[in-house]
Amino acid sequence: MSSSIPVRRFDTLVIGAGGGGLRAALQLAQADAHVAVVSKVFPTRSHTVAAQGGMNAALANVLPDNWHWHMFDTIKGSDYLADQDAVEYMCRAAPRLVVELEHAGVPFSRLDNGKIYQRPFGGQSQNFGGDQAARTCAAADRTGHAILHSLYQQNIHAKTHFFDEYLALDLIYDDEGTILGAVVMEIETGETMVIEAKATLLATGGAGQIFRTNTNAHINTGDGMGMALRAGIPLQDMEFFQFHPTGIAGKGMLITEGARGEGGYLLNKDGERFMERYAPNAKDLASRDVVSRAIYTEVKEGRGCGPNADHVMLKLDHLGMDVIQKRLPGIRSTIQTFLHIDPASESIPVYPTAHYTMGGIPTNRHGQVVAPLGQTAEETVQGLYAVGECACVSVHGANRLGGNSLLDIVVFGRAAGNHIIDYLKENRYHRPMADDSIDKAMARLSRWGQKGEGESVRQLKDELKKTMEDFCGVFRTDEILAEGVDKVIALEARLQDARLQDHSKVFNTARVEALELENLMDIALATVCSAHARKESRGAHSRIDYPDRDDERWLKHSLFFKEGRKLDYKPVRMKPLTVDSFPPKARVY
Amino acid sequence: MHFSVYRYNPETDDKPYMQEYEVAVDAGMMLRDALLDIKFQDESFTFRHSCGEGVCGSDGVNINGTNGLACITPISVLKEPVEVRPFPGRPVIRDLVVDMTQFYHQYRSVKPYLTVHDPEPEEEYRQSPEEREKLDGLYECILCGCCSTACPSFWWNPDKFRGPAALLQSYRFIADSRDQATAQRLEELEGPYRLFRCHSIMNCTNVCPKGLNPTKAIGEIKKIMLKNNT
Ligand SMILES: Cc1cc2nc3c(=O)[nH]c(=O)nc-3n(C[C@H](O)[C@H](O)[C@H](O)COP(=O)(O)OP(=O)(O)OC[C@H]3O[C@@H](n4cnc5c(N)ncnc54)[C@H](O)[C@@H]3O)c2cc1C
Ligand code: SF4
Ligand code: SF4
Ligand code: FES
Repeated sequence: MSSSIPVRRFDTLVIGAGGGGLRAALQLAQADAHVAVVSKVFPTRSHTVAAQGGMNAALANVLPDNWHWHMFDTIKGSDYLADQDAVEYMCRAAPRLVVELEHAGVPFSRLDNGKIYQRPFGGQSQNFGGDQAARTCAAADRTGHAILHSLYQQNIHAKTHFFDEYLALDLIYDDEGTILGAVVMEIETGETMVIEAKATLLATGGAGQIFRTNTNAHINTGDGMGMALRAGIPLQDMEFFQFHPTGIAGKGMLITEGARGEGGYLLNKDGERFMERYAPNAKDLASRDVVSRAIYTEVKEGRGCGPNADHVMLKLDHLGMDVIQKRLPGIRSTIQTFLHIDPASESIPVYPTAHYTMGGIPTNRHGQVVAPLGQTAEETVQGLYAVGECACVSVHGANRLGGNSLLDIVVFGRAAGNHIIDYLKENRYHRPMADDSIDKAMARLSRWGQKGEGESVRQLKDELKKTMEDFCGVFRTDEILAEGVDKVIALEARLQDARLQDHSKVFNTARVEALELENLMDIALATVCSAHARKESRGAHSRIDYPDRDDERWLKHSLFFKEGRKLDYKPVRMKPLTVDSFPPKARVY
Repeated sequence: MHFSVYRYNPETDDKPYMQEYEVAVDAGMMLRDALLDIKFQDESFTFRHSCGEGVCGSDGVNINGTNGLACITPISVLKEPVEVRPFPGRPVIRDLVVDMTQFYHQYRSVKPYLTVHDPEPEEEYRQSPEEREKLDGLYECILCGCCSTACPSFWWNPDKFRGPAALLQSYRFIADSRDQATAQRLEELEGPYRLFRCHSIMNCTNVCPKGLNPTKAIGEIKKIMLKNNT
């Protein structure tokens, strides 16, 4: 069967054309590696385009700053679950990478002296926990758009080879577990193709679509994570899913943390600025997990706003039209479009919303995928790299700081590109193809060719998202999570009986969504199982029955394997590259 | 609410047709929500969409005769029955999905990337807030294609006329104080077609969902060219 599939050969295959994939591709193309970028949407439609507030780097353009403070904030923010070598690497690289982006054309907002504008964001401090820092480099509130478009433009310049609107189905791997490329499907024609590569990089983004109310795009279905699981690679720290404090209540669209960075604050029904009670110093700019839990608590204790007392208000009107128009024009227009109010004169109803996948495919700081393959906990999977939201390097640990993800994708996109360039020097030839692995990928596709009556994909997807919201949300208990595990397993079983009604080949989005749902199902299961197993509260994972952090037993990374739904653990890398370790401390803001 | 939607599947249909759907609507619903509901009723109905908030540029369609993004078009402002068609002038792949190859090709043709010949400094290039302000109204383009596919000049000459979106991008770099390729950019727009096919009909500006003004950008390029030629 596999012999009939057309084959294309490249040095490197990059799956995903968001910021992570494009930054890596640029590094490779500029080094004259023959690189193919596959994306299920035209590159500038990738979800990086939606990032608003900005990207962290200790440029010290506005307030004193240095990378070491940034490192401390990131580790504290992560509730000490981040790997400190990777965090040091990222924070040290940050200023240079922002400058690189600026040279690539990113239209950053400017200060009077012509330097890049920086705004305060949550969880940032000077001097290891002192005064608020201003570390987030911004292009108004369209930073992701500005970065993604500039990176795409530079890739045009570098003549990167793009396969737009191709859906990657599965990785191809041989008996030794070496990754040989991927099977992809051209969405326009429905035709499949094998892309052979000496190195494959996954940069497929997050999986916010496992939750009903989320800030993520329709395409954020975690496909790369699903592909990794099916190739026998575990997912790390999946129980840590970030709920952003300020989604538009009931709708989910994001209001950037930059709105609070510019001076906005939260109010409950009594008009009280309640964050002062939960985080006396940082107040509204405490870490996201802290602010989200505070909002839940306010609502649960009856201090919510609106007729159903089910949200709180974000006040911006005191900032004045000038600041709002100059610094937050994008969210102003979103609020006007979706709520028909003007934030320059009225407060905005907000509520925590599923936002960011902290967990993902385990990698080291070169972007190489690492897994316990038999000898040690972190053996490299030959030929496979992962960066960005689909990966877990881990710089975000149990809770990501705002502005650190755009940084993560460019830092590790570039690092992976560089490492691949070296890898290609030592691995000069393509290995023999593994036909059985191709057949497996094809079987996954042809399964959806079965005709007849059956459950609908959309119905199952809606149920899955509701289940995850109800049974794996912000506050978790053993009982709720156990029920969640059972429910997701039951949904997974029903997926076998789902059938498509549309069997055409040309631009069949129903089929694309069915394949995406399989990924969502696997990822939801990884998330709820990992959450059920972790008996402590840390960062975004908040257990009512285990309210405290338990460093003795749980200062470790979870690894979830698809086969047998097995969980394993590995130690956190507490040793940075050059500086002293930051040992776990109580976390106060 | 009543919707009339353009349907065409090259595998089964000889020619396109309009299909009618009823959608139960509620306040605050956007056209994209209605299209999703139609897809729930009829899985074979196909359109592109992703972010749901007007930033990714995927879901440009023709709505009651005007191009726009489905996800930020409230259905409350639409006349019934709502007619939804693919962008005019582009080959239809299926239903509302059109082939945008030429649109992207024209974008690439204007070399839409910052070009600097001098050695790079270790720090950021300095740019004053006033210089940066010149990029407002230009850099925000999401490449949705609403403008170019509403432009009669682009309909007739999509291979030769760059179209409003690409020209807006060209001007985005001409206007950037950091860019050093203005002369080349202008030179490459010479001739009767690439730029000068624009007859300032303003269709592009009228439909741009981001409120950008390609007509003005094109006018600015023409102004600079005229000034250079005198
Ligand atoms: C609304 C919003 C605002 C945000 N604001 C900020 C911010 O201000 N600062 C910050 O630091 N972070 C922010 N984030 C987070 C940050 O934007 C993302 O984590 C980051 O952009 C992810 O980049 P990525 O390259 O990993 O993935 P993405 O940009 O999501 O790209 C994924 C790519 O993979 C492709 N792909 C996926 N599956 C397949 C498949 N099966 N086959 C082929 N291609 C595939 C997609 O087409 C796409 O090109 C925000 C996130 C959201 C949702
Ligand atoms: S102003 Fe020019 S570019 Fe815009 S629609 Fe008219 S002819 Fe086309
Ligand atoms: S100028 Fe406006 S209409 Fe044209 S592609 Fe850009 S955003 Fe879309
Ligand atoms: S879905 Fe992204 S612009 Fe409409």
